[in-house]
Amino acid sequence: MSANGKPKFAMYWAASCGGCEISVLNIHEKILDVDANFEVAFWPVAMDAKYKDVEAMPDKSILLTLFNGGMRNKENEEIAHLLRRKSQILVAFGSCACEGCIPGLANLSSTEQIFSAAYQSLSTVNPDNTQPQFEYGMPEGMISIPEFNPVLKTLDQVVPVDYYMPGCPPESHQIAAVVDLVIQVLQGQATLPPPGTTIGAGASTVCDDCPRLRNVKAIKKFVRIQDLNTIDPELCLLEQGIPCNGPATRNGCGALCPKASAQCIGCYGPAEGVVDYGARLIGSYASVIDSNDPDEIERILDGIPDPVGQFYRFNLAGSLMRAGTPAWKGNGSAGLGKT
Amino acid sequence: MQRVTIDPITRLEGHGKIEIFLNEDGDVANTYFQIPELRGFERFCVGRPVEEMPLLTNRICGVCPEAHHMAAAKAADAVYHVEPPPAGKKLRELLYSGFYFTDHTTHFYALGGPDFVMGPTSPVAERNILGVIHKVGLEIGGKVIQARKYGHTIVEMIGGRKVHPCTSIPGGLTKGITEDQRQEIEKMGRWAIEFAQFSLQLFSDIVLGNKEYLDLILGDIYTHKTYSIGLVDENNKINFYDGKVSVVAPDGERIGKYAPNEYTDWIAERVEPWTYLKFPYLKKVGWKGFVDGKDSGVYFATPLSRLNAADGMATPLAQEQYEKFYSTLGGKPVHQRLAIHWARLVELLYAAERIVELATDPEITSDKFHTVPTEKPTEGVGIVEAPRGTLTHHYKTDERGILTEVNLIVGTTNNYAPITMSIKKAAQSLIKKGTVVNEGLLNMVEMAFRAYDPCFGCATHSLPGQMPLEVTIRNANGEPVEVLKQNC
Amino acid sequence: MTDAFEPVIIGFTCNWCSYRAADLAGTARVKYPPNVRLIRLMCSGRLDPTFVFKALAGGADGVLISGCHPGECHYIEQNYKALRRYLLLRRTLVGMGVEPGRVKLVWASAAEGVKLAEEITKMVAEIKELGPLQWPQWAQGNGHVAKVEAIPEEAAV
Repeated sequence: MSANGKPKFAMYWAASCGGCEISVLNIHEKILDVDANFEVAFWPVAMDAKYKDVEAMPDKSILLTLFNGGMRNKENEEIAHLLRRKSQILVAFGSCACEGCIPGLANLSSTEQIFSAAYQSLSTVNPDNTQPQFEYGMPEGMISIPEFNPVLKTLDQVVPVDYYMPGCPPESHQIAAVVDLVIQVLQGQATLPPPGTTIGAGASTVCDDCPRLRNVKAIKKFVRIQDLNTIDPELCLLEQGIPCNGPATRNGCGALCPKASAQCIGCYGPAEGVVDYGARLIGSYASVIDSNDPDEIERILDGIPDPVGQFYRFNLAGSLMRAGTPAWKGNGSAGLGKT
Repeated sequence: MQRVTIDPITRLEGHGKIEIFLNEDGDVANTYFQIPELRGFERFCVGRPVEEMPLLTNRICGVCPEAHHMAAAKAADAVYHVEPPPAGKKLRELLYSGFYFTDHTTHFYALGGPDFVMGPTSPVAERNILGVIHKVGLEIGGKVIQARKYGHTIVEMIGGRKVHPCTSIPGGLTKGITEDQRQEIEKMGRWAIEFAQFSLQLFSDIVLGNKEYLDLILGDIYTHKTYSIGLVDENNKINFYDGKVSVVAPDGERIGKYAPNEYTDWIAERVEPWTYLKFPYLKKVGWKGFVDGKDSGVYFATPLSRLNAADGMATPLAQEQYEKFYSTLGGKPVHQRLAIHWARLVELLYAAERIVELATDPEITSDKFHTVPTEKPTEGVGIVEAPRGTLTHHYKTDERGILTEVNLIVGTTNNYAPITMSIKKAAQSLIKKGTVVNEGLLNMVEMAFRAYDPCFGCATHSLPGQMPLEVTIRNANGEPVEVLKQNC
Repeated sequence: MTDAFEPVIIGFTCNWCSYRAADLAGTARVKYPPNVRLIRLMCSGRLDPTFVFKALAGGADGVLISGCHPGECHYIEQNYKALRRYLLLRRTLVGMGVEPGRVKLVWASAAEGVKLAEEITKMVAEIKELGPLQWPQWAQGNGHVAKVEAIPEEAAV
């Protein structure tokens, strides 16, 4: 509790892109409500508290922490543990923290492959195959960088999480709604939902938010979106052969992408009750393919050239399998370590 | 040797870390600016269909996803050897101009502005966006919020969403805009021009009118004479979306202009074992270390370098400001890094004018916004100017358009070497034998790289004002003897 | 791939055809390796790909899916759904680095006890060849949820 009686609020980014922070700022004037009701104790993007200040806070003294970003390296995990200790309510905020998000696709590669792509890229001149070392001795002393984990993890695979707020990023109108709810709870006018609940989103699928016309689905062909002469602005995208992930994706975003004639790529994560997102999509796509002949089915499926990416684009790290074999079988520390 | 560690620098995505080593005399022997983050886009995008890149690479940075979205779209066009129809290109550039307007506003008012509006040595608690609003008034604060809103509204109208737009595909876009939307965008654009002019006036009054600040901008601590690069159109005027990259030497001589598919002849990257981020440099000049000068391949890519690398601005009001900029600062090129803040405002005005130009173009509401690719996909490069620097996306695919290789040189990455040099120079100038290391020092070091508006690996970025810095001074046994904090 | 490796294979069979085939093999004392743990579904069309992922992530070395022959499904067409799901699932698993031979779809009618036994025997041999999958036993479930304490009095405004 802060000196002025206002409960403490924190927001932190682990391996993130910053989009969640921008989405919070896009609640515009509502940020003043946050300011009025909370003391911002730690928010690296906006103010100046440091890790040492968080460490000095009593345990559980931060009422609400919004934690975005995935667990890519040891430092991300350390701060996750730190903020879990210091926070009463820890929210996995955004797709990275909830399910790994797009950087989770790195789980299909070994650390060696990731480093090689970066440090031997087309424009990199690196004849000695220099690679970053976790600790390195310079003439003046030892300096270090955080150790890269072989598998990217979600927040709840590292610490217990109280609530999930999905989206890449969570849409600002949803963030504003959650801010309102929390303020009402503080004022005794509402109660928090049960722990483990997904907040700031719907419980159904994107198809429910989508205004497009839907018929009985009988898909004869999957197309690449750039190959269509015109995209019908009113008809269901999946029925036009565009692989849209709406059927298994949680709603709450307002189906913005389908409204813009772009397929839903699944950034809001699994709908309520879905255990494995990709599995559900595989099931639903298979159900609507209009063929019983194995050869024809295979030809239709050729229209989805990258099924892992299509079905696990945001969700790989949070899925049942979590990673591909190269990530956990590969030599995770090749070229890294102390010199 | 004594070590002074600044860790972490907050408001950089992931984290940045500075190590300062002092020799026996108490002078700075060396500094290291380490970037501790890597997520692996260049690897995990392999195996994905190329049309997804405008969506996947958005997630490199949520502050400037539009930049990646556009570079990816252009690279995907190039992979398919397809040109979007004129309306498609214009719509993309209109979205991009709306984005530039919001992004430059955010940086100036929330990041760079506080140093000048409040002053580099003003109390820490006031040196942030709220302090600025208190000093200049709520009305102006309201305008800043409005400016951000407008920019994001334009992005959403054309791009489908405010953060991580989704409508660019190889050959154009998935949709166009209606006449109603066009009118709204035009209206927002005209407001934007006024706001940009207001911002330039504010800068002129508060910063240029203050001798202390002017001395700071013109001073040597923050000056580095390096090459400048930036995208220019066929008239050598700045264009954020399209063109060729102009490369200008420290003395102002243009040594070349390269097209996207020539970039590997010009830019190479260097790996150091003590950081995850690479150091790009000019290949034709070669890597000579972290040094200034015509013989060093170090270059910078920022609003200032864009102004240096171009012959002018393509819109009239911005061109006036461009001329005023150089006449005030003593001619081209300008190397004082704090002048980047001013250059950014000149670009803000250009972005606003460009919004109106494109919004009033008769083709902008056309329904011909996409060309279906007919050729086999192979390889392509797309280059745009991200607010923080030249952005290069290079893709190779198989015959189905599935990526086999990805190379990205991202905005702030271009500036990693010069930022490292700026930090070292600031530290060396300010920490000398007998100097007490205090808050003023810390903020001055901070100002050295804040001007670049860093967004490390485009996965890092800084937003409002305060850089928390903690400096630990250790004796020869490594025990801390003094801990100084700023904003923490 | 030592002689000691005994694969664990989860077998999803349908109530009307393949499960009865397995039953038949049992009552007719047709020998087949005991590596397959059978799970009875009412129909192969009930197979949610989630089951396959759960099996593999949970430690299985292979998954067998078996249903009525095309055209003979007790529920008319649902085994075709199983076929389509299987084909798409297999492609996805390959993308994750799981060999396609680890997940198999086999049609077997109620009378084909011998055939099913043969298929199982074949599959066990193939999986022995491929070796154990040894998918890491990461913490089960979607992580764990902490107990939220009541907001203290002082925090209430």
